Amino acid sequence: MPHISLPENLPGIRGPMAFRPETATPLNELADVLLRGPSTLSRGERELIATVVSSQNDCRYCQTIHGAIAAHHLGGNEALVIQVKADSERAAISDKLKALLVIAGKTAEGGKRVTAEDVERARQQGATDLEIHDTVLIAALFCMCNRYVDGLATWAPDDPAFYRARAALVAEHGYASATLQPATAHVQG
Amino acid sequence: MPHIALPEGLPGITSAFAYRPETAKPMRELAEVLLRGPSTPSSGEREMIAAFVSAKNECEFCHASHRAAAAHHLVGNYELVDAVRRDPLTAPITNKLKALLAIAGKVQQGGKHVTGSDIEHARAEGASDLEIHDAVLIAAAFCMYNRYVDGLAAFTPTDPALYDQMGERMAKDGYARRG
Repeated sequence: MPHISLPENLPGIRGPMAFRPETATPLNELADVLLRGPSTLSRGERELIATVVSSQNDCRYCQTIHGAIAAHHLGGNEALVIQVKADSERAAISDKLKALLVIAGKTAEGGKRVTAEDVERARQQGATDLEIHDTVLIAALFCMCNRYVDGLATWAPDDPAFYRARAALVAEHGYASATLQPATAHVQG
Repeated sequence: MPHIALPEGLPGITSAFAYRPETAKPMRELAEVLLRGPSTPSSGEREMIAAFVSAKNECEFCHASHRAAAAHHLVGNYELVDAVRRDPLTAPITNKLKALLAIAGKVQQGGKHVTGSDIEHARAEGASDLEIHDAVLIAAAFCMYNRYVDGLAAFTPTDPALYDQMGERMAKDGYARRG
């Protein structure tokens, strides 16, 4: 049971977003710029950062949906998502992404945890200032979204098929547009 | 020294906003709706929630600037804002705001820390669903802004007069992009 009366049938962040469209608009715009906008990090890589932070914050809805979106962008490779969540240093990802995931993890613990050495390591693996900036902000964004979702005690479906179908929708349309898709869209998936 | 090459001479989050205007726009709009939009509690009270959470996250820039913004909404009453930061329960504020600050403090620790009895307590003091929603989202949003500022090691001025001016502008003109 959510802590407040949210529109029913909308899981996770979508309930509070429907409850308060004035704040949903900038939240979706921020997610679209960071996770889908033009960037030298692929959409799959950026969704992996979102997934790892949400996993670290123990937010079930966010880590499952963003894990599904990451897998969708990575050619359906759900095993890789599981591997990155379990141990990113040993996962089959680039050294640059490994270094960025360390920065993301530190940001989630608290901004001051990020050290010059963490940033230097990312630079040595080829990360640009903009990639480092976006990594910090994606991690910070999910520290907000995770708290928003769990702080209101929203519900999360159990069926992995729900998340796969929703991921395909978000991957195709983006966050702002997918919000407008009918709540029952996943039933067709 | 910031971790990346942020524009010089701009304090805290404004340097990161200038570096990446595409993300600054929705972040400014979110702050505007949450802290200055037409809702309750008052903007001064909402800025106190922002300052309180920023203090808990030990983000000096966000704490000092939102402390000043809160004070300017409250006709310069820094004492009240500081009393809230020290202990909301003994500060001379409404019981409703105390209950909302308790929820915000739990959100800062992690969303799952908020309990049914925290919510019930806020409701018993007259808080609406919208006020509870906004208290949760303000706290969550400052867990983002605080990490953004400190995760980039953005420049944090120490001169209190500078924050006082900043807070006056924040209270008067708000957060939507100017100029």
